[in-house]
Amino acid sequence: MATFAASPIVTIRDLTKTYASGLQALKPIDLDIRKGEIFALLGPNGAGKTTLISIVCGIVTATTGEIVADGHDIRRDYRSARMKIGLVPQELTTDRFETVWQTVTFSRGLFARPPDRAHVEGVLRDLSLWDKRKASIQTLSGGMKRRVMIAKALSHQPTILFLDEPTAGVDVELRRDMWALVRRLREGGVTIILTTHYIDEAEEMADRIGVINKGELILVEDKNTLMKKLGSKRLTLVLQEPMMSVPEALADWHLALQAGGNELVYSFDINAEHTGVPSLLRRLGELGIAFRDLATNQSSLEDIFVSLVSERPERK
Amino acid sequence: MRPPVFNSQGVWAIYRFEMARAFRTIWQSLVTPVITTSLYFIVFGAAIGSRMTHVGGVSYGAFIVPGLILLSLFQQSIFNGAFGIYMPRFIGTIYELLSAPVSPPEIVLAYVGAAATKSIVLGLVILATAALFVPIHVLHPLWMIAFLVLTSVTFSLVGFILGIWSKSFEQMQIIPMLIVTPLTFLGGAFYSIDMLPPTWRAVAYANPVVYLVSGFRWSFYGQADVQVAISLGATLALFFACLAVVSWMFKTGYRLKS
Repeated sequence: MATFAASPIVTIRDLTKTYASGLQALKPIDLDIRKGEIFALLGPNGAGKTTLISIVCGIVTATTGEIVADGHDIRRDYRSARMKIGLVPQELTTDRFETVWQTVTFSRGLFARPPDRAHVEGVLRDLSLWDKRKASIQTLSGGMKRRVMIAKALSHQPTILFLDEPTAGVDVELRRDMWALVRRLREGGVTIILTTHYIDEAEEMADRIGVINKGELILVEDKNTLMKKLGSKRLTLVLQEPMMSVPEALADWHLALQAGGNELVYSFDINAEHTGVPSLLRRLGELGIAFRDLATNQSSLEDIFVSLVSERPERK
Repeated sequence: MRPPVFNSQGVWAIYRFEMARAFRTIWQSLVTPVITTSLYFIVFGAAIGSRMTHVGGVSYGAFIVPGLILLSLFQQSIFNGAFGIYMPRFIGTIYELLSAPVSPPEIVLAYVGAAATKSIVLGLVILATAALFVPIHVLHPLWMIAFLVLTSVTFSLVGFILGIWSKSFEQMQIIPMLIVTPLTFLGGAFYSIDMLPPTWRAVAYANPVVYLVSGFRWSFYGQADVQVAISLGATLALFFACLAVVSWMFKTGYRLKS
């Protein structure tokens, strides 16, 4: 488990965004990103994830609010703030006629850094792009282009890296590579903020998770705490004889039948003082209901996420 | 690392990128306008020049050289200025420019500087090409260079504005095609305004291109349709008007930021 400095590296206060069309993309948002963490911003399409990071990076203008990145106000002290921030956008947008080396050195210069061949070489080698440095971008595969986008974002040695849907549309192998790379970057001291709608990505990589829906930051929580707090367990009993319906005598446990009446399912809170499992098993014995197997499984982040975004009433 | 007061690295990166694009499209950037100009020279110089030998003591072939240079200069400055900023918007790489520690004046300096550089080189190449057809004597070389640079920068700024304003390639081409080229043809590029009837002459003075062509031609032959100071003033006025529009665009984020 990684440890983080107490002071935030990104502070967002009262941030809102209403587009000219009248669409309120972000409702007032307050968020602190801790130095050195991997923060996953989860949300369905159109939730406001990209708008949020676009504002921090200077691409979209906020309607209200203040943002401080690594001690620099992103508007008043935009040069210092932007030199600390790297962005990998979701879309693969590069000049297709340039070579890998040219586009990465271009990005470094754009971000006010003097030429540094050793650093650029290191970035390209780290991303397995060194052999492709003289290749025109148009000749690269989608996965390679994604790596080029990351190389461009890392070219100016940012301390904060935004990854907007980094593994959208990439194959499983590259996805694993990306995850490994993100961990290496974090070990190198880079704070990572990634947006994703892949729950397993957040579950696999993030230290903390923020859930955003309809422009509202619903919650921000340590991933493990979140799963512990909101996670429920399911006990599945495989019956000897199938049932047509759950007996009235078992009504207190709110059981469900599945697999054509062959399985009895009990959902319970693992943090509750009494989970109800021992009493259920005793009651089944008393009723003569036999089972030949049992299994328990904990709810995933996906279950938690779905319940959060579907159950929360929209704020007026 | 402290941020620089002036992001010279960023300006140089954009400038170099734009110049590299010109070298990638050297045929389009340089050779095509030279061939087109040569054709103009053959048509106007040979066909009309055989009937109208001199204008104000200058051979007709030599007389049209400043107009020919400016015609290409207008078109290429606008095209290069517009294309430079429109392409990142079109393909999406504008995100990098907007998220970089580059100020609006630096962005303008880099893009417009590159567009103007290409135009100035083009103007000099056309001048050299023209020298193959007719003997050319530049009476005020420093003023010629000054007008060349000022016109290139001003029309590159026009192009830059066009590149931000345009929502499509069609829109980007419509202003040069429908406004600038006709104004150039009607602006005394191939004739002296004095040759027009009084009514049309009065109308012609409403055309800003008249002042640009006149000033540029004066630097070659010492003769002008309007006073040089007025030509210079009109060019500077257009330059500052363009700067004001660009400043407004960046201040409001017009078609750059949502």
